Amino acid sequence: MSAGYLLLEDGARFDGELCAHREPVTGEVVFNTAMTGYQESVTDPSYAGQIVVFTYPLIGNYGVSAEAMESDRVHARGVVMREAKNGEDVASAEGGWLDWLDDCGTPGISGVDTRALVRHIRDRGAMRGGIFAAAVPEAEARERIAAEPSMAGADLARTVTPPEPVRFEGDGPHVVGIDTGVKLNIVRELRQRGCRLTLLPCTSSAEQVLAEDPDVVFLANGPGDPGALDYVVDTVRELVGVKPLFGICLGHQLLCRAVGLETFKLPFGHRGANHPVKELASGRIDITSQNHGFAVRGPGGEPRIEADEPVRWETDFGAAELSHLNLYDRTVEGLVLRDVAAATVQYHPEAGPGPHDARHLFDGFLELAHA
Amino acid sequence: MPKRTDIEKILLIGSGPIVIGQAAEFDYSGVQACKVLLEEGYEVILVNSNPATIMTDPEFATATYVEPLLPGPVARIIEKERPDALLPTLGGQTALNVAMALHEDGTLERFGVELIGADETAIRRAEDREEFRRTMEEAGLRIPWSMTVGSLAEVDAALSDGRITLPAIVRPAFTLGGQGGGVGESETELRQVVSEGLAASPINQVLVEESVIGWGEFELEVMRDRNDNVVIVCSIENMDPMGVHTGDSVTVAPAQTLTDRLYQELRDQAIKVIRAVGVETGGSNIQFAVDPESGDIAVIEMNPRVSRSSALASKATGFPIAKMAAKLAVGYALEEIPNDITRATPASFEPTIDYVVTKVPRFAFEKFPGATGRLSTHMQSVGEVMAIGRTFRESFAKAMRSRELDTPAEPPAEEEGLLEAIAVPCAERFDLILEAFRRGIGIEAVHERCLVDRWFLRELQALASDGDGTEGLARTYKSVDTCAAEFEAATPYYYSAYERPSGAGSEVRRGERPSVVILGAGPNRIGQGIEFDYCCVHAAMTVRESGRDAVMVNCNPETVSTDYDTSDRLYFEPLTIEDVLAVCEQERPEGVIVQFGGQTPLKLAGALERAGVPLLGTRPGGASPVAAIDRAEDRGRFGALLQGLGVKHPPYATALSAEEAAMVAERVGFPLLVRPSYVLGGRAMEICYSSENLAAYLKANAKADPEHPLFLDHFLEGAIEIDVDALADGESVHVAGIMQHVEEAGVHSGDSACVLPPMSLGEEMLDEIRATTERIALELGVVGLINIQYAVAGGELYVIEANPRASRTVPFVSKATGTPLAKVATRLLLGESLADQDLGRAPDGHVSVKEAVLPFARFAGVDSVLGPEMKSTGEVMGIAADFPTAFAKAQAAAGVKLPLEGSVFITVTDTDKPAATQLAARFHDLGFEVIATGGTAQSISAMGVPVTRINKLGEGSPHVVDLIREKRCDLVINTPTGSGARADGQAIRTAAVRHGIPCVTTMTGASAAARAIAAQKEGAAPVLSLQEIHGIRVASSAPGNA
Repeated sequence: MSAGYLLLEDGARFDGELCAHREPVTGEVVFNTAMTGYQESVTDPSYAGQIVVFTYPLIGNYGVSAEAMESDRVHARGVVMREAKNGEDVASAEGGWLDWLDDCGTPGISGVDTRALVRHIRDRGAMRGGIFAAAVPEAEARERIAAEPSMAGADLARTVTPPEPVRFEGDGPHVVGIDTGVKLNIVRELRQRGCRLTLLPCTSSAEQVLAEDPDVVFLANGPGDPGALDYVVDTVRELVGVKPLFGICLGHQLLCRAVGLETFKLPFGHRGANHPVKELASGRIDITSQNHGFAVRGPGGEPRIEADEPVRWETDFGAAELSHLNLYDRTVEGLVLRDVAAATVQYHPEAGPGPHDARHLFDGFLELAHA
Repeated sequence: MPKRTDIEKILLIGSGPIVIGQAAEFDYSGVQACKVLLEEGYEVILVNSNPATIMTDPEFATATYVEPLLPGPVARIIEKERPDALLPTLGGQTALNVAMALHEDGTLERFGVELIGADETAIRRAEDREEFRRTMEEAGLRIPWSMTVGSLAEVDAALSDGRITLPAIVRPAFTLGGQGGGVGESETELRQVVSEGLAASPINQVLVEESVIGWGEFELEVMRDRNDNVVIVCSIENMDPMGVHTGDSVTVAPAQTLTDRLYQELRDQAIKVIRAVGVETGGSNIQFAVDPESGDIAVIEMNPRVSRSSALASKATGFPIAKMAAKLAVGYALEEIPNDITRATPASFEPTIDYVVTKVPRFAFEKFPGATGRLSTHMQSVGEVMAIGRTFRESFAKAMRSRELDTPAEPPAEEEGLLEAIAVPCAERFDLILEAFRRGIGIEAVHERCLVDRWFLRELQALASDGDGTEGLARTYKSVDTCAAEFEAATPYYYSAYERPSGAGSEVRRGERPSVVILGAGPNRIGQGIEFDYCCVHAAMTVRESGRDAVMVNCNPETVSTDYDTSDRLYFEPLTIEDVLAVCEQERPEGVIVQFGGQTPLKLAGALERAGVPLLGTRPGGASPVAAIDRAEDRGRFGALLQGLGVKHPPYATALSAEEAAMVAERVGFPLLVRPSYVLGGRAMEICYSSENLAAYLKANAKADPEHPLFLDHFLEGAIEIDVDALADGESVHVAGIMQHVEEAGVHSGDSACVLPPMSLGEEMLDEIRATTERIALELGVVGLINIQYAVAGGELYVIEANPRASRTVPFVSKATGTPLAKVATRLLLGESLADQDLGRAPDGHVSVKEAVLPFARFAGVDSVLGPEMKSTGEVMGIAADFPTAFAKAQAAAGVKLPLEGSVFITVTDTDKPAATQLAARFHDLGFEVIATGGTAQSISAMGVPVTRINKLGEGSPHVVDLIREKRCDLVINTPTGSGARADGQAIRTAAVRHGIPCVTTMTGASAAARAIAAQKEGAAPVLSLQEIHGIRVASSAPGNA
């Protein structure tokens, strides 16, 4: 352990000890309120470009294991903790959390008053920051942070998308994904349902997608600002009505943009495993896993949806409906197109980490293949 | 469509007296429910026999019945009040049982009362072992197999067809404390354990079940609403693996050792369980066993109601489960209820916490010589503490110091001895584990013995070697907010945390109002129970009414005082001097109240005063509470005070060595009441009738030395004991209640039944008691409450002791007289004068009886005789127009089933024989068969009363214990001999306790029982609400009711 600190772009400084990789790192500092699932979180490609603060104070309790990987590597730039653990006592552990982070080259800082930090971010919004050794002067740290591009307008999908198509065999419907940073649990859910799955680079054109002969097109989750991905939105517009579509998280935002809705940056995002989401048609509430910093505005440009029924309006592709709502802040959580086959959600039905309440959505998504 | 409008009047059943396994948590949940239902505009009919509860304060219900929680009295309340619905899920097992009985006997149907919260089908599915098994299997969930076996042949058959798999656990039926049980690892071993178990079981039956010993034990608190939306409020991990009752386990929230994958699997199963059992609305507690190696999960049980664990989960997360359960029961959905703490978000979410919560149980084995102290699957702890910390070590260390142990654990000196001690689950297990680590024993060696998860052991090892990790950090206060700071919290519920000194500072928010700190009573224990929490809650209410901020400091998660809306600010902290001074530093209060939390805050009073913290009750230039306490507790000074007032007290002496004790004993005069100087609830107190007795006591108990002097009091045998609670403002005194004990002096006042008003004292003596009380209170300079115990012997009044603080009878006196003593006392502490108080007037024509509830059935082999050492865990109250009826109600409420016919077995000590013959005649007249052994039978027979003679134990079968075992008698009256052999008596009393036959151990108690039986034979007593008794009008009640 050696002394270190987390500095935010507004000058707030939080001291701690460097506990994994020691190189300085910068990124957008965001917090996650889930009490379990630290390894799933940091390997989730949607955390690309971000430093994750865990609100739960003990991180690393049950070590790390291959089955908890949500991609092939750590995507979070750094990890901020109150107390970091490196034990491997739990039977399923294949390594210690801190050893593994270090091996992955991911900086970590522990001993930080994470609650004070989270309150700061909650009140002032997510912002850029960095983890530095105590020896690094604050002035230098500030420069590094200033050099970090802002999350707004950042196209990070390109940094996590596969360079070549990735294929998984299966006997079921052929799902072709536009891979902006897919989580492996989505792959697992689809494969469990027998799908044949092809993941294409996010720069693929509509022709390339259609050339795969999909039964249904999948718009993946992923990092960054959906507003910076107009090239994917254009692809999606060419596919809507041609092939059934479903999407998760960033994929939801892209379909929403494709049908004319705007996206905006939330003050500090939704990251955790306890967000209540209501399906407006049925009243059913699922406790959901969430990880997004941007959200979709309603058809009138409103960030909050006050109605308790599905919100319907007309789009270039016929009738659309906002189908799900976050009960914390009444932001949009789901979209269904009524005249063509397409449905997306903002949250993570695949869990990994988080509750399984919404896993049933995958069955619904795959029914679109027969639509 | 939020709340239901088709119901107007709701009956709520409380949980009755505090007993092991059912404590203050149900007052906490009941109070929340009452408040919610009244706020929603419903009429609330409440029944609870426990006067020491906040819920039975008249303002918490439309009509409050302090009546026995039995189908008969509750049915009479239903008949009188005609409620539309019965909410049975907030009063523990007691309420569920009463509700089920009323369903089964047709009462609910007859009066059209709907069960809300959980219906009879759901209750039965959860409570009936076989139905639960079937329900779980149908839901595709695994539950450990179990079977009842009456012979070895059955075991062999089950082994051969695979119904029994190994290892298996054997539990003999009807042996308390698991005597004769064990684990069978191999077929040979299983056969041996089963044959031993069959022999140990009085009914030759054993339960053989799948062994999940050593598996991790986890609990999930689940809530479901009418829309079938389900949330998990909290996960709890037991540090003690399976095999120790969760109430006796050290538990931690949230679960620490579960991967997300495994936790989500538990979550999925918990949701399946609540849906399968069919709890339509409300909370349930679901327990799981998880194999740490394979991750296999087995469902152990579910409680379809709020529970001890749900109270803990509420305090641990800030999510008020009972309040939500009440709202859900009347039709709200989770999403329609705002989260109290954030106010901006709905309750349809899962709390996430950014700290670690540790709960540690508090035991009282030292009170029950003969108890093994071994923890098992039936609960034996009497209380618990909870602590919150930012790290596990902080939280655990805080919880351990919150226990306020009287004596530290004494670990064996040898390593092997220590490890053997660790292998047996016991009260001190974690103290011993810490000691093992301090001695350098490794994690594996400890794990092998206790199977506590290595993660916890690693933390404990670090705690033992490096402390709790707070060195170099500064104390600050953080909030409990249900959401890990994601949203701003509106509710001020704080805990201390240690962070870098340069950090953000405390989260405590306060306005301009001055604050008053109220120190709570800490963990429930025998001698210091819910009564003190009751007083603290009243203090908080009164401080708030006075325009000041009430600040509560307490660490007991079961209580109303630690509900976040009881006070303006709650500090969930240990009641040690360091922790309390830190709160005072943060608060800078106008004053601290130390009078209401029992011994716990009193012990701190001196140090607080020395630290310059203002204590309320200090008169300008006058005596401080500390001075009054010191003067009342210092026997020399108190003796001098009494002498100065010309008040008698029994002769006494103090001895600084065993030799001195023997020497002064003759001067004081036998019989002697002997006790160490520092006692709570009469610990290690005994009556010695002879110098041999005294020698034996000194040998067994007392290391009398200058540090620990021994007190010897002349014991006034056969005296009537009197308890007085009075209010004083330093200038005048109001005697609020004079209680006469039913049992004679010598039985601890906490264990004795008592009656208000006193039954057998003349007006002259009552005047003397009032006058003496006034003079003592004024002389001590008491502001607030004082309790004085007197004995009346030979027509003379003696002072036994005076305590210038709230006593455990304050709630009883308040309920009996209608004067809220603790509230008035708080006003006096805040500087008001007694003359300005509305003290009400005790109601005429009502007699109130308080009866103690004893836990003997929990501890195998423990003598149930009453004595100067307090053993009761709780109390009940009976109110009626006359003493016998009130006493009968109190007995019924305490679970003593006084028979109305049948046979009574009487065996008494020689001195009681004359009284016993009269008693026998009385029972004979009541139609009872009288049974007695030799001497007693002879005396009774000589008076012309027919008597059946039975053998003493030593005279061979069939003897008296056979009689009890075969349930051929319905009431046992056994007074222990003052000295000498007690073996027969103990065997009789133990048998009676085990077989559920009421056993009276004093003559006065027996006489009261006879009168109560006579009264009951006249017919069922009418039920009366406190509002009727005290003439209280309740705004929300409909005309004609209450």
